Amino acid sequence: MTDLASTDTPAAAVLTETDDSTARLHRNLFIAIAALLVIAPFVAYPVFVMKVLCFALFALAFNLLLGYGGLLSFGHAAYFGMASYVSAYTAKNWGLTPELAILLGTAVAALLGTVFGALAIRRQGIYFAMITLALAQMVFFFSLQTPRFTGGEDGIQAVPRGKLFGLISLADDRALYWLVAAIFMAGLLLIYRIIHSPFGQVCKAIRDNEPRAISLGYRANQYKLMVFVLSATLAGLAGATKAIVFQLASLTDVYWSMSGEVVLMTLVGGLGTVFGPIVGALVIVSMQNYLATLGAWVTVVQGVIFVLCVLLFREGIVGVIAKAIKKPL
Amino acid sequence: MFELLGIPPQALFGQVLLGLINGSFYAILSLGLAVIFGLLNIINFSHGAQYMMGAFVAWMCLNYLGLNYWVALLLAPIIVGATGIAIERLLLKRIAHLDHLYGLLLTFGLALIIQGLFRNQYGSSGLPYAIPPQLSGGQNLGFMFLPNYRAWVIFASLVVCLGTWFLIEKTKLGSYLRAATENPTLTQAFGINVPLLVTLTYGFGVALAAFAGVLAAPIYSVNPNMGGDLIIVVFAVVVIGGMGSIMGAIVTGFSLGLIEGLTKVFYPEAAATVIFIIMVLVLLVKPAGLFGRQA
Repeated sequence: MTDLASTDTPAAAVLTETDDSTARLHRNLFIAIAALLVIAPFVAYPVFVMKVLCFALFALAFNLLLGYGGLLSFGHAAYFGMASYVSAYTAKNWGLTPELAILLGTAVAALLGTVFGALAIRRQGIYFAMITLALAQMVFFFSLQTPRFTGGEDGIQAVPRGKLFGLISLADDRALYWLVAAIFMAGLLLIYRIIHSPFGQVCKAIRDNEPRAISLGYRANQYKLMVFVLSATLAGLAGATKAIVFQLASLTDVYWSMSGEVVLMTLVGGLGTVFGPIVGALVIVSMQNYLATLGAWVTVVQGVIFVLCVLLFREGIVGVIAKAIKKPL
Repeated sequence: MFELLGIPPQALFGQVLLGLINGSFYAILSLGLAVIFGLLNIINFSHGAQYMMGAFVAWMCLNYLGLNYWVALLLAPIIVGATGIAIERLLLKRIAHLDHLYGLLLTFGLALIIQGLFRNQYGSSGLPYAIPPQLSGGQNLGFMFLPNYRAWVIFASLVVCLGTWFLIEKTKLGSYLRAATENPTLTQAFGINVPLLVTLTYGFGVALAAFAGVLAAPIYSVNPNMGGDLIIVVFAVVVIGGMGSIMGAIVTGFSLGLIEGLTKVFYPEAAATVIFIIMVLVLLVKPAGLFGRQA
């Protein structure tokens, strides 16, 4: 039932065996990503790159849950959006420094993820998806009805970027960029570490065959909850960072279409691949930026990409590359 | 005038009526979802978009072709159901062998396409659709005023729900359907055309959504987003009821609409979330849902 990634993405199945040449390839890729992060703000508009990085981290967090835990959450906007509200609110109204505001937003997402995760893992498959979606919709209504906290339809605007550790001003885009890049890199490394840890291996075993994992003595539900909380927390980190970057938290971030967008990014990039969600986020965010003038047609284009991905392109961009070079990416 | 817990009776019965009407839509939509889920194992995420299409087809019938409400009530489910059949044949068939979650993702993509197309064509502001003249006006029941159209909506949805229940639980065609749900391979071996049954079932489920859409058109303004938020509430209804039984979908749909209506009277702030709160409580006590079977 929950073998979503393994049956259709051979790339994910191979990933269990990480031999020396693969490890070397991954290390080189990390170096390449770090190098790209260093040059990016000089060749591209820094705010655009920061947007891509925030969404890439969001997609990475989502992929940790779906690609490696086999759990399709359709309500990840809740953690992303709630963290973004908390971080925006505390930075603006309590005058917290950006790093504390982000940490607090992330912590609230972790808490929310624990409660929602504990409820949702009681059901599996499609039900799990519907429950996460319904719970996320509750968060949306909460955000809509508590304008004193969320600003209602207007959102929280003009959030101060503040001074990092109370010392370094982040008003300049370049200065803020290094913080965002560092957060992204740390998130990516953490997720890589989680996937390749014994904990990650057990998660994959549960994804592939839950009854068997249980018969081997693993408490499947505890692992599922744990990976859910980790994913929600990292999604929150992405949302909190985004609030500081754009100085804005709004209802769009908690609405269910945001949950759909992160699924799309992961699918396009490659479900169950380490680097896929980054590519997926880059593609979708660029698309939204360049097609913005088309208005509602963007939704149609996104829908078409969704359908095509599910019908013809289930491995995603990175999944296809991984298959071609016969190495997990 | 007597008062009930400090609430004037007009307001109370008005909300009960409104709750029953919303409940009618929940019931028809969750019934359609249950029928589709039973045979295709797909949560039809485009159900809300197909409900919206039903309302729009009714509006188009009136404004482009001059066809009245009653013709639309018959025609819209057939037209939208036909698009459902095309979707099943062209798209859903190709992913039937995959994990069920791909069905959810595919229909989600379809919902985005349908909503986007309608939004481009008609904008988001909403179009009016008049109540048919035969059903305008209302009855004074003494304790409240009952608009005829609203009474009709509740009546029509009850008839359709019970008709569907009868079709599935009591007829020969329904027994084929239930057999195919239990064991498609074996049913096929008995000479029953299961792929055709699957296609028709999807078409029928979609037609139910469109029927609800036509019923809704005179009450709510016809707009491209009318299905998007409704469908998530219906998902919650489905989780609460469980997908086990057709009757479960009907009973849960109506009762949750009623509960929502009553919440609007006694504690309006919680009205938008009360169904989700009930969902959480039911999940804690009975994870399989009130009428569902434990997997």
